[in-house]
Amino acid sequence: MTDIAATAAPSTETATLPAKLATGFVNRLVIIVPYLWLLFFFLVPFIIVFKISLSQTAISMPPYTPVIGFKDGVSGFFAGVRELNFDNYTWLTQDALYFNAYVTSLVIAGISTILTLIVGYPIAYGMARAPATIRPTLLMLVILPFWTSFLIRVYAWIGILKPEGLLNQVLLATGLISQPLVILNTYTAIFIGIVYSYLPFMVLPLYSSLEKMDYSLIEAAQDLGCPPAGAFWKITFPLSLPGVVAGCLLVFIPAVGEFVIPDLLGGSQTLMIGKTLWNEFFSNRDWPVSSAVAVILLLVLTIPIMFFQQAQAKAQEQSK
Amino acid sequence: MIRKALWLSATSAFLTLFTLSGHAEDRVVNVYNWSDYIDSSIIDDFTKKTGIKVVYDTFDSNEILETKLLAGGSGYDVVVPSANFLARQIQAGVFQKLDKSKLPNISNMWDVISERTAKYDPGNEYSVNYMWGTVGLGYNVKKVQAALGTDKIDSWDVFFNPESLAKLKDCGVYVLDSPADIIPAALKYLGLDPNSTSPDDISKAQEALLKVRPYIRKFHSSEYINALANGDICLAIGWSGDVFQARNRAEEAKQGVEIGYSVPKEGAQMWFDQMAIPADAPHAADALEFINYMMTPEVIAKSSNYVLYANGNKASQQFIDKAILEDPSVYPDEETTKKLYTVAPYDPKTQRVITRTWTKIVTGQ
Repeated sequence: MTDIAATAAPSTETATLPAKLATGFVNRLVIIVPYLWLLFFFLVPFIIVFKISLSQTAISMPPYTPVIGFKDGVSGFFAGVRELNFDNYTWLTQDALYFNAYVTSLVIAGISTILTLIVGYPIAYGMARAPATIRPTLLMLVILPFWTSFLIRVYAWIGILKPEGLLNQVLLATGLISQPLVILNTYTAIFIGIVYSYLPFMVLPLYSSLEKMDYSLIEAAQDLGCPPAGAFWKITFPLSLPGVVAGCLLVFIPAVGEFVIPDLLGGSQTLMIGKTLWNEFFSNRDWPVSSAVAVILLLVLTIPIMFFQQAQAKAQEQSK
Repeated sequence: MIRKALWLSATSAFLTLFTLSGHAEDRVVNVYNWSDYIDSSIIDDFTKKTGIKVVYDTFDSNEILETKLLAGGSGYDVVVPSANFLARQIQAGVFQKLDKSKLPNISNMWDVISERTAKYDPGNEYSVNYMWGTVGLGYNVKKVQAALGTDKIDSWDVFFNPESLAKLKDCGVYVLDSPADIIPAALKYLGLDPNSTSPDDISKAQEALLKVRPYIRKFHSSEYINALANGDICLAIGWSGDVFQARNRAEEAKQGVEIGYSVPKEGAQMWFDQMAIPADAPHAADALEFINYMMTPEVIAKSSNYVLYANGNKASQQFIDKAILEDPSVYPDEETTKKLYTVAPYDPKTQRVITRTWTKIVTGQ
C-alpha cells in the first residue's frame, strides 16, 4: 500500500514539499518581521546615538567630531573609531545636576504611577463588572480622549488649574475656599497632568486582566465566610497582577522621560531628565553629552526591567 | 487577485507621484521663519508678481532652527535666525554667501543697523536684516501702579532690586527662558560689560538673579504674551514685539488691561533677525529673489506695520505707520539707541558656563 502510494504519487510529493517549505518560511517570517523591526528602528538608532555619545562637540555640520564614515576608505573609518572615548560619561559624574535630574524624574514617575494605579483600578474594576452589553461603550469612553491632540488636552489643564481658572472659580463660588489655590506651576499640577494623560494606559491592561477573571471564585470565598475586602486582596488583586504590572510599566517608562507635561504645567524649578537633555542638545548644542544622557536613561530603565522579567519568568517556571 | 490589483494600483500611484515630482519645474522657495512674523498677503503678492510658489513654514525657537540646519539637508531656501545664532552657524559652514548683484534692493538698507549686524556677519556677506528689536520690560500699567505707586517703569531697578520685585511677586513676574538675553541684562545693571565671558562676572550676575529668583513665577519664552494680555501677570522681561502683541490682544479683548513696554535707561540688548540662505538650499536663485523682494521698501514696511517690529530698511520708513515709527519703544530715539548694546555669541566653553548658571538660577540646582 505504501509502495503504491510512493510510486503513484510523485506529483503530490512535489506539491507538498514547496507547500511545507512555504509554511516554514511563513512561520519564520512571522518571527523575523518583529526582529527586523527592532533591528532597524531600535538597535540601529541606538548604535548611532551611542556612537555620538563617544565623540566631541565641534562647530561644524554635524556639530560633533569625528564623523565616522568611509569617505577616506577603511583606514579613515578606523582612524575615526580610534578617536572615540568615554569622556562624556565621566563628565556626567562630575556634576550632581545629572544625578539629581535622574532621581527627580524617577521619583515623579514613581509617584505618578502609584496615583494612576489608585485612580485606574476602580475604573477598570467597574468596567469589568459592568453588564457585558455596555462594556464596549465604556471601553470606547476610555479611549475617546486619544482622539484629541495630547498637547491640546494638556493646554486645557492650564485653563482649569490657573489661579483665575475653572477649578478655582467653582471652588470660590461654592465657598469651599476663600483664596484661589495655587496649583499651576507646582508638582501637584505635574502629577495631575501625568495621571490624566496616562490613565488609559493603566486602565486598559487592568481591564483586560480583570475581565478574564472567574467571579465564581469570589462567590466561593464569600460562601466560605471571607469578607469582601479579604476576598479582594486574596483573590481579585493577585489574579489581576499581570495587568497591574503591565499598566505600571506602560505609565512609568514614558513618565520618566516626560518633557511636555512638566514644561507646560510644572514650575520652572522642576528639574527632570527630559529638560536636562533638551538643554544639552539645544542650549549647549552638545550632541555628544546629550546622547550620553540618553544612553544612561535607557540603561536606567531597561536593566531593572530585564531583571524583573527574568525573575518573573523564573517564578512562573517554579509555580509550574 | 484583489491583492494583485491593490499592488498594481499602489505601484502606479507611486510612479505617478514620482514622475509628477520629477516634472515639477514650477519655481518654489521654501521659507522658514518665526511664527506670527509676517503679513501673509506679502507672500501672495510675491507669488503673483514672480510666479514663484512660497512654501512657508514657522518655528518658535532659534534652537529648533539651529538643530535642523546643523543636521543638514533641511530643504529650506530662506531661514531667519537671530544674529548671535547666525554668527556661529556661519562658522559651522551652514550658509552660502549672498550674490549681491542679484540683490539690487540692498541699497535701501539702513547703515545704523547694518553696522551692528556686521559684528555677527562681517561685511554682511551671508545675511540681510529682516526685523530688529530690544529686550525690555513689559508691564501691566494698573497693577504696577497699585503695587509700586508709579505707572512709569524706566529702569532695570524695578526687576533687579529685590525690594521692588517682592512687591510684584503676588501679581506675577515672568522672565524669558533665555540666558543669552537675561544674563547680559544683569551684567549691565551691575555696571559690568554685558559681553563679559569672565566666570567671576557671570557668577556676580548669577548672584543678582538668585536674589530676585524667589519673586519670579516662571521662566518661559512665549507664555508671557498671553499672560500679560489676560492680566495674569504684571511684569515680564520680554522681546519688544511680543509685548506689543500682548498690548494689542489686551486692547482687542477690552477687559481693561493696559500694557506698557519700556526700554530701561541703563541700556537694553538689541537683537536682529537675519534672512540667510543655507549652503545646501535646493532653490538658491529663487531664494535670492525672495530676499530681494523683502527688501522692497513698501513690502517690508507692510510687514513692520503688521508685526510691530522695527526693520533695518531705511527707505521703508516713509511707508511705516506714523504711530509705529514715532513710538520710541519700537524705533528708539538717538540717545536711547546709543545705550543699546549687542551681545556677541558665546564660545562653546562659555556657553556651557552660561547654561549651567542658568539651570542653577531657574531650578536652584
